[in-house]
This record gives sequence, structure tokens and C-alpha cells, in this order.
Amino acid sequence: MTVTTGKAAATRDALLELLSSIKDPELPVVDIVELGIVRDISVEGDSVQVDVTPTYSGCPAMQVIEQDIVQALEADGFRKVKVRYVFSPPWTSDWLTERTKMKLREFGIAPPTAVEDLGAEQLVALRRSRTTIECPYCGSSNTDEKSEFGSTACKAIHYCNSCQQPFDYFKSF
Amino acid sequence: MTESTPSAGSDDLFEYLLRLGDDRLVLGHRLSEWCGHGPILEEDIALANIALDLIGQATIYLGLAGEVEGKGRNADALAYFREGVEFRNLQVVELPRGDFAFTIARQFFFDAFSFHQMEGLQKSANKELAGIASKGYKEVRYHLRHSSEWLQRLGDGTEESHNRTQGALDELWRFTGEMFAADDVDKRLADAGVTPDLGTIQTKWRAMISDVIQRATLAIPSDTFMLAGGRSGRHTEYLGHMLSEMQIVARSHPGAEW
Repeated sequence: MTVTTGKAAATRDALLELLSSIKDPELPVVDIVELGIVRDISVEGDSVQVDVTPTYSGCPAMQVIEQDIVQALEADGFRKVKVRYVFSPPWTSDWLTERTKMKLREFGIAPPTAVEDLGAEQLVALRRSRTTIECPYCGSSNTDEKSEFGSTACKAIHYCNSCQQPFDYFKSF
Repeated sequence: MTESTPSAGSDDLFEYLLRLGDDRLVLGHRLSEWCGHGPILEEDIALANIALDLIGQATIYLGLAGEVEGKGRNADALAYFREGVEFRNLQVVELPRGDFAFTIARQFFFDAFSFHQMEGLQKSANKELAGIASKGYKEVRYHLRHSSEWLQRLGDGTEESHNRTQGALDELWRFTGEMFAADDVDKRLADAGVTPDLGTIQTKWRAMISDVIQRATLAIPSDTFMLAGGRSGRHTEYLGHMLSEMQIVARSHPGAEW
């Protein structure tokens, strides 16, 4: 794993560090490494392959992220940059660290709760129990889900009855 | 892509990937027609989100289909430069979107099918297909929750919503048999452990939809003659019209990028 471009620091960790400078275009407080979508990096000479996994199949941010990865690594001296999509294991919001969740909260987005695996029967039932989501602004638990679908695939719309603010919830998925 | 399909050839796999991709591409396009027309803002956003998931899944399947085929066609080439007779989707997904009850009833029938299909495909002998299904399975779960909840609200709602939803179920019923009509491709792939058995999926599908339809105070339509043909390229008159709209930009400006 020698790098011929003189970028001797191009070890896996250093490259991860480099990729940490790329933000999710739809969640500008979170970078793509802490989001958990960078799954692997392999270097051979002046070629590098980055394995990424999409959060959601239709996430429109993936194309922008792919371009950002290619640009960042080419700027670092790599001649061939390949971004490969991998789908297994599927991305889960459980991969977000506590630190990342804190950043989301500070940005005004309620972070995901732990993923629950509902059985098929609960899945189609009309009244399912819903996990309480804390308001990212005032911390109140007196909140309601307004829509499971929000401005992006990864967010839902909630409303805080205490401070009367609508807020985004980063879905547990 | 060489690891998995000893008896079923790559032609079968290509064919099956088109079926997976085209179902989702065509349904995703139909659903996207609701964008800006949803009954309430939240629902408009929900339908657009689900449409985006379906089109994203279609891109993955058609991309892989192009690789398996090995003739240099990518997902865009397959989506925009095939004729109607080359599409392999179920007829049910190409029908016009109808009213909200019709859209929800169709999504529900398809989601319940796709849920069991993805559940089975996660155990595919083809590791790549299994990996993609593990992702699709997570997504179809909340699609199914969305459509089954709405079916219950509409069925158990007003007289108007009940009647419209019952009408939609009755209208759609004759298109549902095609989901489970196994042909030689399905049989060879199922024998090779690449795909789940359609008969098993049908039993599970039937149990699930019966349960939800009853909770919705609606009646399960009585069995009737089932239409088929989409898997071999025989479509309703509606697909051609839809494709002419879906494909026109790509065909007017081939190779254009933005």
C-alpha cells in the first residue's frame, strides 16, 4: 500500500480523516464518516476505492456525496478514484455516535432513538405505540408526530406542544 | 456476479432484475404524479418520499441488470431507451393513478407483495441480490405501514371514503394474480435458490391483505379471472402513454447531463 504521489500520509485513517471534511449536503452539521455511510477504503498505488452505502435507496444527496469524494481524493493526489456502492449490511441510524446525535440536537434536529424491530403484525396495525421524541429546542417530551415523512427521506415532522415549535426528527431506521 | 446461479443462467437473472426494477420504476413514476396534488401537504410529501425510494430501488436493480447483461447498458439506458414491449413490470403498477383511494389500495397490494418478496430475497443464494434486498426490506416496511394505515382510515372512515376504497379494491383485484403467476424464469431461479417461491409468497400475501382489509371494514373481493402479461411485455394501453412522458427528455437530449 505505497502511494506514489508523495502523499505518504495516505493511510486508511488519514483518508478517513480527509473524508470527514465532506458534509452531508442535506445535513451540513454531520460529515459522511460519522453518518456511517463510508464503509471501507482501499488504496493501491495511486488508485483508491471507497465503499459507500446509501442511507436510503433514493437519497438524492448520494450523487453529490460521490462527486465530493472523488474531488477530495483527486485533490489529494490520487489518479483513479472509484466509489463503489455496497448495500449489505444495510445502513442503520444506530451507527450514529452519541457525539453525532448531540450535533444534530444542537442543530435543531431530534436525533434517532434506537431501532425497534416491529413484527409484521404490528407493522400493519393502525394504533402502534410510538416512542416519545424529545423536542430539540426545549427538551419537552410533550411532542407529537405530524408526519412520518419530511423534507428528506431520513427525517420526519414532529411538533412540540410545550414550546409550540415544529421540528425535524432524524428517523430511527 | 458469478458466485451464485449454477443452473439458472445470467439471462434469467437479467430478466428477473428487469422485473424488480421495472415494477418499482413504473410505480414510482405513477406515484410521483401526486407531487403537488396530494390531498394534504404531509401526504403530498409522503407520496413523493415513497416515489423517490421506489425510483432509487429501481436504479439499483436496473444498474445491476445492465452489468449482468454485459452490453454496456446502464440504469438510464434501460429506463429511458426501451420500448413498452421490453418492460417487464406487472400491469397493476402502470394503471393511471386514479383517486387517492385507488392509489392507496394499489400501494397496499404492491407493498404487501414487495414486503414478502424482499423478505425472501434476503436469503437468496445470490449474495448481491440478498444484500440489496436487505436494504429494500427496511424501506418497504414503512411503505407498507403507510399504505396499510391509510387503507384502514379510508375503509373505516366516511361512507364516501369506504365506498371509493372498496371500489378500488374491486377494480384492482383482477390485476393481483399476475404477482404470483410463475413462469419458467421464476421456476428456474427459485429452484436455484436465487428467488423465493411465488406460491409461498402468495399464501403470506393473502393472509396479510385479508387481515388488513377486514380491519378496514372492507370486503375481500371475490375471485375472478386474473389478467397477466406484463412479465412478458404485454401491457395495458396506459404504459405507452406513461413512457412517452417519462422518456421524452432523455430521448430528446440523449446523453445530456446536469
